[in-house]
Amino acid sequence: MRHEIQAPEGATVGDMRQLLDARELSSVELTEAYLERITALDERVRSFVTVTRDIALEHAADADRRMASGETGPLLGVPMALKDLLSTAGIATTCGSRILQGYHPPYDATVYARLRDAGAVLLGKLNMDEFAMGSSTENSALAITANPWDLATVPGGSSGGSAAAVAAGEAAFTLGSDTGGSVRQPASLCGVVGLKPTYGRVSRFGLIAFASSLDQIGPLTRTVEDSALVLSVIAGQDPLDSTSATVEVPDYHALLGEDLRGLRVGVPAEYFVEGTEPGVEAAVREGIAQLERLGAELVDVSLPSTGYALSTYYIIAPAEVSSNLSRYDGVKYGYRSADGADLIETYLSTRDQGFGAEVKRRIMVGTYALSSGYYDAYYLKAQKVRTLIKAEFDAAFERCDVIASPTSPSVAFKIGSRTADPLAMYLSDVFTIPASMAGIPAISVPCGFSDGLPVGMQLIGRAFDEATILRAAHAYERSTEWHMRRPELVWSAGG
Amino acid sequence: MELTLEDVRHIATLARIGLTTQEMETMRGQLGDILAHVSQLNELDTEAIPPTAQVLALQDVLAADEPRPSYSVDAMLANAPEREGNYFRTKAVLGYET
Repeated sequence: MRHEIQAPEGATVGDMRQLLDARELSSVELTEAYLERITALDERVRSFVTVTRDIALEHAADADRRMASGETGPLLGVPMALKDLLSTAGIATTCGSRILQGYHPPYDATVYARLRDAGAVLLGKLNMDEFAMGSSTENSALAITANPWDLATVPGGSSGGSAAAVAAGEAAFTLGSDTGGSVRQPASLCGVVGLKPTYGRVSRFGLIAFASSLDQIGPLTRTVEDSALVLSVIAGQDPLDSTSATVEVPDYHALLGEDLRGLRVGVPAEYFVEGTEPGVEAAVREGIAQLERLGAELVDVSLPSTGYALSTYYIIAPAEVSSNLSRYDGVKYGYRSADGADLIETYLSTRDQGFGAEVKRRIMVGTYALSSGYYDAYYLKAQKVRTLIKAEFDAAFERCDVIASPTSPSVAFKIGSRTADPLAMYLSDVFTIPASMAGIPAISVPCGFSDGLPVGMQLIGRAFDEATILRAAHAYERSTEWHMRRPELVWSAGG
Repeated sequence: MELTLEDVRHIATLARIGLTTQEMETMRGQLGDILAHVSQLNELDTEAIPPTAQVLALQDVLAADEPRPSYSVDAMLANAPEREGNYFRTKAVLGYET
């Protein structure tokens, strides 16, 4: 069910591979097409905070030379872009924050180094909620990114630029990071595929830290097949990240299939509760029915602590934030306030002026939760509940192979509609946080539309079993047409 | 959960964020709401449950004790807001209790 390729920038990574290998198109031509499209569209979508035009063309020329000498590989010559918290040596890396203005990392993130070894072309860096804290990308200090499906709505977050860029055809694929849903939720809201791998599957070296026990880098792509191709390149142990796992990396692409007979899909009652938009629930239920039609067996499972995961997250993540973000002191890099008569006053004003409201809020919550007298009541308590959440997933996975749920309780919401109420914004991640707390992999795949906006279905898997959720998502995708829809507005304007 | 302005001032000092009084007032309400929400965890009996700091079974991970190239002083100082020779330059820190 391959769609017709009208413009190279509308194609999948697999389509581009064919065009490049057949010499119908060079990587330089493909890269120029993307750069043109970014110029035409990004004034309105605002996915990019930096476009690395010269570097992209150098990378592309290099890829063309590599192909001319007989080399091939799934990502060789394919243009991509990175969330702006992935370190790129000599290229501005802002984390969407004023406090990192002017910062140029001295080294590359391991994922970027691996993508470069594979010959991928860097188009630029993508907008995000400041330090990845948010669910709408409205917390960026640099720009407000729009959802290509409706420019008055948010793309989700925190990897909103990464999701919007793929949806708008501004990059073949992108990388984001997911701490509590920051790849999956924007993928859902923008109608693209977003994968959060198992904690430890992908090296975090060079990923600017938010919550170190939860952060994980993942791909945003047009298709599940593309997700598998990118994961195979970025996954694997890295001596520079002591939490990267030594578990062997399979060829995820080779393990994709279209037959789901024998697969047991768990449906947890706790993910189908009041608070989810009816159109979202209907689309996801229909998606689950489709998995059954493909041969999967549906099993009722129970994850009783689901309702506590959000609270657990909003203690543990801020606690890690308060520690990780203590490094921004205006001394070593980034912004320094000119106010303040001495060093302490410089810290106080640098951090007040350099951080946005949400980052300050989380530093404050985390500092409180870790402060003398409150540690047991908040941080230790949350870590114990985390044990419960993980144990419940372990028990559920004795009865099923994959757990299916909505990715987000809502479709894309209007820009500005949730910024006044931090708690309402936090609820955007209610279905993605539990898998983050348990460290297990999960993917969001387009499963329909509600009010004209995309809906995502989340498939959660066992630790280090990305292969099974990719296989289920791929089989589902091949039997539906949701992933082939394009946002009209953007597509016709750029096209 | 009610926080006083003094509580907020104390946390802000620990976090080294120089909030204005107006920001502290806003933060007082918002932190109170968030802390009230997360206090729902008290509904769970976790007396016998061990804590999970991270989900991998990893304990100590040892690296080979071999020299390898490092970054130059210039590369490490390149992003400094202010530099003096091979040092980060800051304002003085005097007269504070540690």
